[in-house]
Amino acid sequence: MKTAVLIKQVPDTETKIVINADKTGIDENNVKFVMSPYDEVAVEQAIQIGGESTVISMGPERSIEAIRTALAMGIQAAVHIDTGTENYDMYQTATALANVIKEGGYDLILSGKQAIDQDNASVPQMVAELISAPQVMVVDKMEVAGDKIKTNRRISGGAREAYETSLPVVISCERGLNTPRYASLPGIMKAKSKPVDKKTATDLLNGATPLVQFANYELPPERAAGKVLEGEPEQQVEELVRLLKDEAKVI
Amino acid sequence: MGDILIFVEHENGKVKKATHELLSKATELAGDVGGTVVATAVGQGLDALTADLAAYGAKKVVLAENDGLAGYNTVGYTTALAHVVSEVNPSVILGTASPLGKDLFPRLAARLKAGLAQDCVALSVDGGKLVAKKPIYAGKALVDATYSSDIQMATTRANSFPIAAPQDGATADVVKVTPDVGELVNPIVDIIKGDGADKVDLTEADVIVSGGRGVGSLENFQLMADMADVLGATVGASRAAVDSGYATHDMQIGQTGKVVNPKLYLAFGISGAIQHLAGMRTSNVIVAVNKDPEAPIFSKADYGIVGDLFKIAPLLTETLKKVTSA
Repeated sequence: MKTAVLIKQVPDTETKIVINADKTGIDENNVKFVMSPYDEVAVEQAIQIGGESTVISMGPERSIEAIRTALAMGIQAAVHIDTGTENYDMYQTATALANVIKEGGYDLILSGKQAIDQDNASVPQMVAELISAPQVMVVDKMEVAGDKIKTNRRISGGAREAYETSLPVVISCERGLNTPRYASLPGIMKAKSKPVDKKTATDLLNGATPLVQFANYELPPERAAGKVLEGEPEQQVEELVRLLKDEAKVI
Repeated sequence: MGDILIFVEHENGKVKKATHELLSKATELAGDVGGTVVATAVGQGLDALTADLAAYGAKKVVLAENDGLAGYNTVGYTTALAHVVSEVNPSVILGTASPLGKDLFPRLAARLKAGLAQDCVALSVDGGKLVAKKPIYAGKALVDATYSSDIQMATTRANSFPIAAPQDGATADVVKVTPDVGELVNPIVDIIKGDGADKVDLTEADVIVSGGRGVGSLENFQLMADMADVLGATVGASRAAVDSGYATHDMQIGQTGKVVNPKLYLAFGISGAIQHLAGMRTSNVIVAVNKDPEAPIFSKADYGIVGDLFKIAPLLTETLKKVTSA
């Protein structure tokens, strides 16, 4: 199996988000950058499946750190699509990734279900469309079955869809599919000599221009402090029901 | 702005509530800037939906009938909708950020080379184009998406928009198209029904009764279920409760679980860690019951009770029974 794993470097989940002065993004000072957690699941899955594996990441120079983490976990090779100081939208990103994937002749393309910075959950589907491959998104059960991949995903109402897909296929991974390993010290040492192929985003865009822009970054409205109800349980409950009915009007 | 095309989600012959929200919002937006609200559904036996769609605001309904698409199929629906889009020529395409919507819309957006914003919580128009507000960084920030593409697409989080009263007897122009989607690529091989089949999905629920580690056991979660029955609510859980085995993962609300947006969120024995708040912070009204007066959830709750949930929950269920049956 020849697997490509698409990963993105993002601010750590614990990051305190500070909006920059002109509201065009977040303040990146003092931000710790990591591989997006759902991408870790995809990396782990590729390692468990075995065969040839390559991680592909599109991002600025600092993305190399996330790439090194994937290599240290056990991925064999990497491609870094360097974006320099530019920001690209989902369609441009998918276009560049698709071009690299087409060159590579991969059977299986894995990624996390969404990158935890922009929470778009879109690039894997766009890649699938651009390489004319089927897709199964947000997968938490996966099994290689001969020349097909069996997957399972949760849909509305607690139900599940089951697929059995011929290769090549694009699959995005949900938490629970596996437990990502920590990079071992030998893994970290070995990663230093694994090949990282450098490419430039502008070479891979086919002239694609941004279709959507993000602006007016802001913090969500703070919830005002509410009432803490006093008295015996019976009184508290009575007062609560009264407030829900007459004040909040939600029952 | 040209026409606004709403992708209809339906189940067992009924239009889903979140689609009604979109029809209401689209009617409001179209009222500001001109353009017609057009609803489109894919599948078979779609005639049953048209009266409802018209009642909730569709002026035109496009039914993409194809027996092969009675069940969902990503590539098939993408092709069918691309066909509808070429007939309708909308400037805006809206859908729900459901598992289906989130799977489909990016593929359609790439097919159409259209800009897309997923999981939006607000929509407006500026200079004749859509502005879609969406959460980022797990809801720690919000951002406005604006579009350079002609077609502007967005999926929206359920419970983001009020539903206007239906106009019974309203009519819409109905157009039927039969898109050729060729042989189905990667069909679903099985659908496995879940326990929650008769309950509203957490992500679409108006009312949620949620239990945390304080509930103490799987059996005790029955207290949550009892209250949910009275309120017509869905039961959710914190990660701590799921990790302790008191609830299943599909009930988990939070940064690593589901993001919910109900009118009313009742939290029992939930401390209110940031990761949990990430999943329910946009709830309209939050009620918290916890024996720890320092629990962080009290700083986010509209109404708080410091007390023993094992006393409060059953009392509350009883009192609610009287109120809701009155």
